Amino acid sequence: MSQSAIFKGVVVPYLLLAPQLLVTAVFFFWPAAQAIWQSLLREDAFGLNSDFVWFENFVEVLTDPTWLDAALRTALFSVSVATLALGSALFLAVQADRNIRGATTYKTLLIWPYAVAPAVAAVLWLFMFHPNIGVFGRALNALGITWDYRLNGAQAMTLVIFASAWKQVSYNFIFFLAGLQAIPKSVLEAAAIDGASPRYRFWTVVFPLLSPTAFFLLVVNLTYAFFETFGVIHSLTQGGPGKSTETLIYRAYSDGVMNLNLGTSAAQSVILMLLVIALTFVQFRFVERRVHY
Amino acid sequence: MATLNLRGIKKRFGDTQVLHGIDLDVADGEMIVIVGASGCGKSTLLRIVSGLESATEGQILIGGRDVTALEPAERDIAMVFQNYALYPHMSVFQNMAYGLKIRGLPKAEIESRVAEAAKLLDIGHLLDRKPRQLSGGQRQRVAMGRAIVREPHLFLFDEPLSNLDAKLRVTMRAEIRRLQRRLAVTSLFVTHDQVEAMTLGDRLVVMHQGRAAQVASPMEVWSKPADTYVAGFIGSPSMNFLPATMEQDGVVLLDSGERLTLVTPIPGSTGRAVTLGIRPEHLSPAEAGLALRVELLEPLGSETVVHGRMPDGTALTAKLPGMVPEGTDLLLRPDSAWLHVFDRETGRRISA
Repeated sequence: MSQSAIFKGVVVPYLLLAPQLLVTAVFFFWPAAQAIWQSLLREDAFGLNSDFVWFENFVEVLTDPTWLDAALRTALFSVSVATLALGSALFLAVQADRNIRGATTYKTLLIWPYAVAPAVAAVLWLFMFHPNIGVFGRALNALGITWDYRLNGAQAMTLVIFASAWKQVSYNFIFFLAGLQAIPKSVLEAAAIDGASPRYRFWTVVFPLLSPTAFFLLVVNLTYAFFETFGVIHSLTQGGPGKSTETLIYRAYSDGVMNLNLGTSAAQSVILMLLVIALTFVQFRFVERRVHY
Repeated sequence: MATLNLRGIKKRFGDTQVLHGIDLDVADGEMIVIVGASGCGKSTLLRIVSGLESATEGQILIGGRDVTALEPAERDIAMVFQNYALYPHMSVFQNMAYGLKIRGLPKAEIESRVAEAAKLLDIGHLLDRKPRQLSGGQRQRVAMGRAIVREPHLFLFDEPLSNLDAKLRVTMRAEIRRLQRRLAVTSLFVTHDQVEAMTLGDRLVVMHQGRAAQVASPMEVWSKPADTYVAGFIGSPSMNFLPATMEQDGVVLLDSGERLTLVTPIPGSTGRAVTLGIRPEHLSPAEAGLALRVELLEPLGSETVVHGRMPDGTALTAKLPGMVPEGTDLLLRPDSAWLHVFDRETGRRISA
């Protein structure tokens, strides 16, 4: 069924692969190698010379209690973002999967947030939840709830979690909806005839059949929460107040770019890189294998 | 075990009227086959009986109980789907036990019922497998098993054999019939295959454009089709239709000029424009009769299907025993006991 063309010689295949390889090399292997090299060096305060220090940067990072705090915070943040984004996307997809009037419009509208740039998304949330100018921020204060995410760390964390999850809902929604539509209707009808209530049907038939999709999305969402939420955090809270919204990726940025502590920043990046590699491995290993029940 | 009564079932999707009022009374333990070309409304009718679709008008009674407004789950029915609709993530055992578990049956009883059904269907060794590890025929059996363990009042079959290969279809057909007789469960079986319909049904419902064109036993549908549609649909190759006029009450004058005499005259029909139906198997070579210019021969071994045209251009098909030599023209005489006369306007049978 698969049609494959066979090329003679080795030049043409390599030429065809070249653009992809070039992009990967320039934008991934090169910077990654730089980061690894950098993580093994320590520069003096004036940036005049650097010493090769083996793994001292790593030891310093991993034994720094504030870095461990950031790691825990990142875990809490990522799990919350993933749960929120997956849960609401699944709910919306189940609703959209029913035969409702205006379903197409509804689906299109739900996909829009994904097209919004992180900074713009952050500004949107800022306009809603700013204590002085935000609609909801003012409303909360008027109701007697002291709301100021610029002073209250827990509130700041809640805000970045919601803003980050909101941006990811669309992506999850598309996958969940596709997954739901791939379930043969007759299977659900058979369950209905077998006497299963809609709720029981969802948990015993629909959800198990969606689980490969859900697992794939879980990995994607965790990766997103770890690395791609930088824009949202940067525009909303800059990691503050204090360090209450400083995730690992934000800390790597502030240590390297703001504090010019290149060695430890690079070491942090390398640790994060290993984390991505691990997540990707899990994804390939388990998702590919479990594609079908 | 129960009777099934349909009273004036109508269904409309938007502006499209799909069913125009179906009435049907099914006796306890009877196997009814609903047959028709695609789009005739047969599957819609089945889905209305199952409760997956609701009727625009009409009433459904199962065992005398009005179930029109009830959910599928409350109707005590089981359905076998065309694509089997097994739960892909569950083992064969779990598939069969699903409905029983929902009803809260004790575990021991579920196990004994599943074991019994599995034995009946010869799938006992497959209970731990997942549906994807089964062949088409095995899946079909599991789907049947899932229906049987429920011990429902009514079995519904939605073209369950059409995804199987030809040989397996014949085996499963016989098996379904045997099983249905043995369990004596009232059944509705939907198919587009006339051979399935003829072999499976105690009675057939031939559907055409949302109406039941004829409800009768298979032999009656074949020997006394109610109209030209039923006549053309049941039987293979299809019945020949020749335009004709009643010359006398017992004599038909074909437009091509030949005269045929009916065994039983139709009183008061002189001068009426009719369509004469002759099944291909009721034509035989003779000294005198309808002249046929042979265009195509289809040898089937024990018999040969001959396609050709009469001198006036009307197409005619005949099924003759043995071999027919190529390149000859034939004279064919219809068996006068098997002439079907239909009204030319309405297509309805004009019976003696």
